[in-house]
Amino acid sequence: MKDVRLELRQKYAIQGIALYLFSAIFVCYMVFQVKRVSLSPPVWNALFWIILLFNSINSVSKSFATEPEGRYLYYLQLAPPAAIILSKIAYNALLLICLSLIAYPVYSLVLGNPVEDQGLYLLNLLLTAGCFAGTLTLVSSIAARSGNNGTLMAILSFPTVLPLLLVAIKVSQSAIDGLDRSVSFDEISILLALNVLVVALSYLLFPYIWRHK
Amino acid sequence: MNWWKWLCVVLLMYTVLGGLLFDVPRLGILNESIRNIHFHVPMWFGMIFLFGFSMWHSINYLRKGNPDSDSLAVESVNVGIVFGVAGLVTGMVWARYTWGDWWSGDPKQNASAIGMLIYLAYIVLRGSFDSADQRARICAVFNIFAFFLLIPLLFILPRLTDSLHPGNGGNPGFNSYDLDSRLRSVFYPAVVGWSLLGYWMTISAWRFKKVKQAFESWQIDQHA
Repeated sequence: MKDVRLELRQKYAIQGIALYLFSAIFVCYMVFQVKRVSLSPPVWNALFWIILLFNSINSVSKSFATEPEGRYLYYLQLAPPAAIILSKIAYNALLLICLSLIAYPVYSLVLGNPVEDQGLYLLNLLLTAGCFAGTLTLVSSIAARSGNNGTLMAILSFPTVLPLLLVAIKVSQSAIDGLDRSVSFDEISILLALNVLVVALSYLLFPYIWRHK
Repeated sequence: MNWWKWLCVVLLMYTVLGGLLFDVPRLGILNESIRNIHFHVPMWFGMIFLFGFSMWHSINYLRKGNPDSDSLAVESVNVGIVFGVAGLVTGMVWARYTWGDWWSGDPKQNASAIGMLIYLAYIVLRGSFDSADQRARICAVFNIFAFFLLIPLLFILPRLTDSLHPGNGGNPGFNSYDLDSRLRSVFYPAVVGWSLLGYWMTISAWRFKKVKQAFESWQIDQHA
């Protein structure tokens, strides 16, 4: 939890992420000129997830890359690696959940909201944000260890996050269409299972990344 | 030559001859193209086998730190990618004539393309380290992670939606009830044969790398 306090000190970073989100949404609004042409629900859905995807990758990739050299050593002495990865994941999950909860109303405000089953859509949003946080945190710790980490972060994270994204889009599409909730039960349980899987893998594998720099 | 190499040669010869010449069941849409089951489907079995083999070596590397495990893991990923591409190509050629298009956006097609992207990213990741020890360790971590993502990607996600593949979504195909004994008698040997071939290719590539490295260090010694 000290990670949260630590990151909150860098307020400008979070403000930056939030502003990035707003500008992305606004760019989409301008590009599509929604007042004249309204978006069809699948396009609306796809656009929302693409904005969220890019924003998540952008914000999580900072979690290891911006650490200054000396702080590694400091952390290394302070806490076991498992505690560090868990706190990083918890922080990133919190961050992404907040971001998606902000993004959703803003996006609906400017681009309209065709969703029929709001509860399911929000649940899906929360679970996916958790999954994104777990996967992207581990991937960003891998990318941070190699030299050119901007590109590497992108090529490692897109394919690893895509399966989650496909499930998420499917669930949210049925939420938009207002299908019965039992239709999405399988997908929701897969998201939950992936959440557990990703956190467990990070917990087991992270010590190998962390040790001997 | 080991016995399993002979087995591999015999099984593959049997697969090619039997797969092309034996009598096959007549099913609507598929007709003679059903023979592709002996060449397309085993590619995916071989690929999964090789990626699993690779993950096993990566786990071994993290536990014991033997550099051989690391290079075996890389070579099996390389050969696995070759199998995956072969699987995609055989599937696409087949799809051109049965579904009418090279790429139809079928869930299984997309999932396997994403799987290829994950492992290509692994190859790129390997290229971006300076120290061999660090590269081996971090790539092993990514490799294990990748395999665990590949399993739901290939086995669970495509099952959630209807696929154009034979046997899915009401298409005629080889489910348990119509994968009949004529197909089975070639299909199972084909799976074993192609997987053995993948293993053989991996081992050969790995040995070649090793000899090359030994030769290079020998050359350096000569100059020094």
